[in-house]
Amino acid sequence: MTSTPHISVQNLNVHIANQHILKDISINIPNKKVTSIIGPSGCGKTTLLKSFNRLLDNTPDVKITGKVLVDGEDIYDPNAEITHIRKKMGLLSQRPYPLPMSIYDNVAYGPRIHGNPKKAELDELVETQLKATGLWNEVKDRLKAPASKLSIGQQQRLCLARGLAVEPEIILGDESTSALDPTSTHIIEDLFIELKEKYSIVLVTHILRQARRVSDYIIFVYMGKIIEFGPTEEVLLNPKQELTKEYVKGFIS
Amino acid sequence: MQLRLIKDKIISKLMLVFTLASVSLVIIIGVGLYYRSLPVLNNSSWGQLLSSSVWKPMKGLFGFYPFIMGTLWVTAISIIIALPLCLLTSFYLSEYAHTRVKRILIPFVNLLSGIPPVIFGVWGVLFIVPLVQNHIAPHFVEYSTGYSVLAGGLVLAVMIFPLIVSIVNEVLNTIPQELKDASLALGATKWETIKKVTIRKALPGIVAATVLAISRAFGETIAVLMVCGNNAIVPHSVFDTGYPLPALIANNYGEMMSIPLYDSALMFAALLLFIIILLFNVISRIILNRLERNLAG
Repeated sequence: MTSTPHISVQNLNVHIANQHILKDISINIPNKKVTSIIGPSGCGKTTLLKSFNRLLDNTPDVKITGKVLVDGEDIYDPNAEITHIRKKMGLLSQRPYPLPMSIYDNVAYGPRIHGNPKKAELDELVETQLKATGLWNEVKDRLKAPASKLSIGQQQRLCLARGLAVEPEIILGDESTSALDPTSTHIIEDLFIELKEKYSIVLVTHILRQARRVSDYIIFVYMGKIIEFGPTEEVLLNPKQELTKEYVKGFIS
Repeated sequence: MQLRLIKDKIISKLMLVFTLASVSLVIIIGVGLYYRSLPVLNNSSWGQLLSSSVWKPMKGLFGFYPFIMGTLWVTAISIIIALPLCLLTSFYLSEYAHTRVKRILIPFVNLLSGIPPVIFGVWGVLFIVPLVQNHIAPHFVEYSTGYSVLAGGLVLAVMIFPLIVSIVNEVLNTIPQELKDASLALGATKWETIKKVTIRKALPGIVAATVLAISRAFGETIAVLMVCGNNAIVPHSVFDTGYPLPALIANNYGEMMSIPLYDSALMFAALLLFIIILLFNVISRIILNRLERNLAG
């Protein structure tokens, strides 16, 4: 890694309702690569991901110490501007949550919030992002239709397009394919591989096959600690830690 | 085997009968009221009864226009005052308030709905009426006793407040955090998220809560009766007295029944109230269906 990492985590500790969820996490997320966070259920994968864009703030009884630097700026600094930080990251959640408005308005939502784009600019932007997610041909004739009328797979791609429309640097995916059928899953996975040209991507997944297919790097988290971090093939095929070995073989799950 | 199936059938039929019985009550009440209103309807036409402002029972003149307007004024004022307050309260409770604050405040709001209307009436007479008379009205009109449609609306607003807040709060709690997160993750602020996502999603629920509150406001009798002044005059400003339909019925039924047609006229007042609420519910149901279709998902 030559340039400064988009996301750099330093001694991050997260407590939720007096439970120590994340323990002393320090890691640099590689730029313009796909990094997968793997680990058994309840190990803190999603909490780690959500700490990157401060979505943890809405969790009751949460206590966070340590630093998360995004482009060198500590996002937990009391003076940090939260909307600015979140704008840098697109989030793709477990299930698609289209906003209660039309397909067009879903994609235009972010840009409208951050400025007053002209109609022509918006039209172009919506088209670009819908093309980027391979949705354009499927929806171009019904842009004004409610987003909820789309299939689940299409909705998830719409959510991705919506995230890309605010021109983020980073894409966060929280088990983004877990509600999708195999075909849609495949489309989303291919999109991730395509998008890493321009974005740094962090995915939480519990499907090792997916982690192997999509990602360049893997972070293995267990009981709130990072056990191993390295290039995909190395972690999956030749793990250094005993715990990783067991997890990869399927002993812990 | 057979016996179990027969039992099942009997019970389901029995439940159907009970359901039909309670539903048909609505129709029976409507027909009954219409039947009892017939004498006054034979005396003068629907048009006359609804549009005339002259209320002189001794001369057999029954004009319901002032009462209809009284009802509408009081109800409209209460909703206009209560709705914005209720929405802000609900949004505060569900989106901003700390869990501990919520745990204390929500029972208080619910407690408000448990207070008997007559107590609100007394409170209205002792507090709201002087407030209107001495502190609000002087800024706008030369003289007001305080007994006015505004006082009625204010008292009603307080009464429907807990109803709207508790329903809207429930509705807001059903909106998934992930949906709000989706908006926040795009860099929207909390308030932008509420304005553009949460309200849209909750709109059918908010409308339903408002409809319920309005229906309640239409029918509320005693508290309104105590503060409205009860003059059969069409109100022209919020500081005028008003005489809503329920108050008319409650004040006069059982008294002055020796006046010919009076009993029938009061029944007609009840019929009117019944029709207003029925119409209102049907219309709001149509609006609600349309909203739900447009915003599905």
